[in-house]
Amino acid sequence: MTTSSLPRPSLRGAASSRRAVLVDRIATGLLWAAGAFVLVILGAIILHFAITSAGVISPSFIFGNPSSTSLGGVGPLLWNSVYMLVLTMLISVPLGILAGIYMSEYASEGRVTNAIRFAEEAISSVPSIVVGLFGLIAFVDVAHWGFTALGGALALTIFNLPLMSRLAEQALRAVPADERAGSLALGATKWQTIRHVVVPLAIPGIVTGVILTAGRVFGEAAALLFTAGLSTPTGYNFANLNIADPRSPWSPFRPATTLSVYIWNINSEGIGQYVKQIADGASAILLAMVLIFNLGARLFGRILTRRLTAA
Amino acid sequence: MAPLTTSSITGLRPATTFRERLDVPRRVVFIAALSMIAIVVVMLGFITWQGVQLFVSAHVAPGSLLSATWQPDSTAGAVTFGMLPFVAGTVGVTALAVLISAPLSVGLALFLSEVAPAWARNIVQPALEIFVGIPSVVWGWLGLTVLVPWLRENLSGAGFTVGFSWLAGSLVLSLMILPTITTVTFDAFRAVPQDQRTASLALGTTRWQTIRHILIPAGLAGTLTAIVLGMTRAAGEALAVQMVIGNRPVVPTSIAQPMTTLTSQITLDMGNTVFGEPWNDALWTMSLILLVISITFVVLVRALNGRRRFQ
Repeated sequence: MTTSSLPRPSLRGAASSRRAVLVDRIATGLLWAAGAFVLVILGAIILHFAITSAGVISPSFIFGNPSSTSLGGVGPLLWNSVYMLVLTMLISVPLGILAGIYMSEYASEGRVTNAIRFAEEAISSVPSIVVGLFGLIAFVDVAHWGFTALGGALALTIFNLPLMSRLAEQALRAVPADERAGSLALGATKWQTIRHVVVPLAIPGIVTGVILTAGRVFGEAAALLFTAGLSTPTGYNFANLNIADPRSPWSPFRPATTLSVYIWNINSEGIGQYVKQIADGASAILLAMVLIFNLGARLFGRILTRRLTAA
Repeated sequence: MAPLTTSSITGLRPATTFRERLDVPRRVVFIAALSMIAIVVVMLGFITWQGVQLFVSAHVAPGSLLSATWQPDSTAGAVTFGMLPFVAGTVGVTALAVLISAPLSVGLALFLSEVAPAWARNIVQPALEIFVGIPSVVWGWLGLTVLVPWLRENLSGAGFTVGFSWLAGSLVLSLMILPTITTVTFDAFRAVPQDQRTASLALGTTRWQTIRHILIPAGLAGTLTAIVLGMTRAAGEALAVQMVIGNRPVVPTSIAQPMTTLTSQITLDMGNTVFGEPWNDALWTMSLILLVISITFVVLVRALNGRRRFQ
């Protein structure tokens, strides 16, 4: 039952109650205005980028190489964003799910569990620029990698891991205890139960979470400034499949400026007459990706739930 | 009989084989969870080590950090690493952002939890999720190309201009933290038992009276938690703030003034200074201050609400 289905007080009564009804009307109006405000702002942002990017977005902008004399394109930067996202997810999703399994299935209340929770919360609260600085010492400096895609992906992993672990934990906890009891009663071991019963049932929740965090990773810039570098790539040779070669776009050991970092960088340098168009176009692409990830998460979650629960 | 919780369920069949007794999966998921503690310890260690170099190897007196003068360039005369402008800037921009955002967010949470019919909730909630996903560089770029020019044209008076400013930084942040505060506050209002609303309404109160006298007091701890979470995000945000705040290392006296923050200064100077020089050391000290601030917020959230998890 929701509050809106409850009977509203009548307008009859003393003057004070009439005043109360008036105040209630005004307050209700203001609360509706708050809801409308979010929609108006979001609508305005989407409309703004639709207009400003209208003359910019084209296949040659999305896939082309950056240029210092013309509008050029953002192809290599978009490639780096996607590459970095995949690399980050390859590391943080398995690790996060394993940590989530521990927190949901094994952890009992106690000092160790409490310390893990505190660590989870602490990492989530650390500003991403500080995570990036940590990456600067740990990967660029101490490990002597220089600015690399791998260093950037590891920095992103740090701030994605607690999120991933919590999402996995929540999805696993949502699996009814009866499912576990049923499996154990059949003689399965605890791990067999987790592996064959609990994890499969939690997959829709986990996948939805993964897609949503992917959107966050895709747009992140502060953690990458000092780990994956700021250099603007001139163009990639995708035929070079040697991942040990730092010139290959497939190599994790090369500087990899992403689209979001690029927006910040061309702004802070402020050179070139096309800065505004490039940043508008690149922002529109980032915004479109956020929308795609959000819709994707919803759609995928719905399809998977239907398929797995109907079976 | 003890309730069937996920971690209380162990295998019914005792572990018989060596492999089962070794329980490799349990160890693996435990290590994955422990990795988060390892990350926190290593990160704290590295940042603290770098952060104290200003005192240890550059021999700067810790007391001199309280000065309001930031003159880090040794080629331009005597250096002073006064950090008051940055700390004051971070505190100021965060406080104003929360002042703007909190009433709006709480209103929005009340709208979603108490007023909105299902159809409105189904529009506003996905919109909020997209809001969270908008990358900070996109917020910064919007601030730079839309908000700052607007402020300059509409709020500037005779003899002064408002453009890149404390106000601009706080306005951008207030939108960025809006979904954070809203979702956590919404959860707090949702957690208030339905009976309390029914009982209040049965006494003849209006919906607003119920909100004012029942829901707001009951959701207070949750609301404060939400505000601290919003402050954490605001204080740690780097790029969006840096793009609109004006980056002037002064202690501001008016919200129309350009100023700077800890994150902005680190973002700007880290790439232009040499590792090991005092100027660079000072930036690491700033990140240590940021790290201390964010850990303080985690502890504060725990104190406010033991069960509330960090987002």
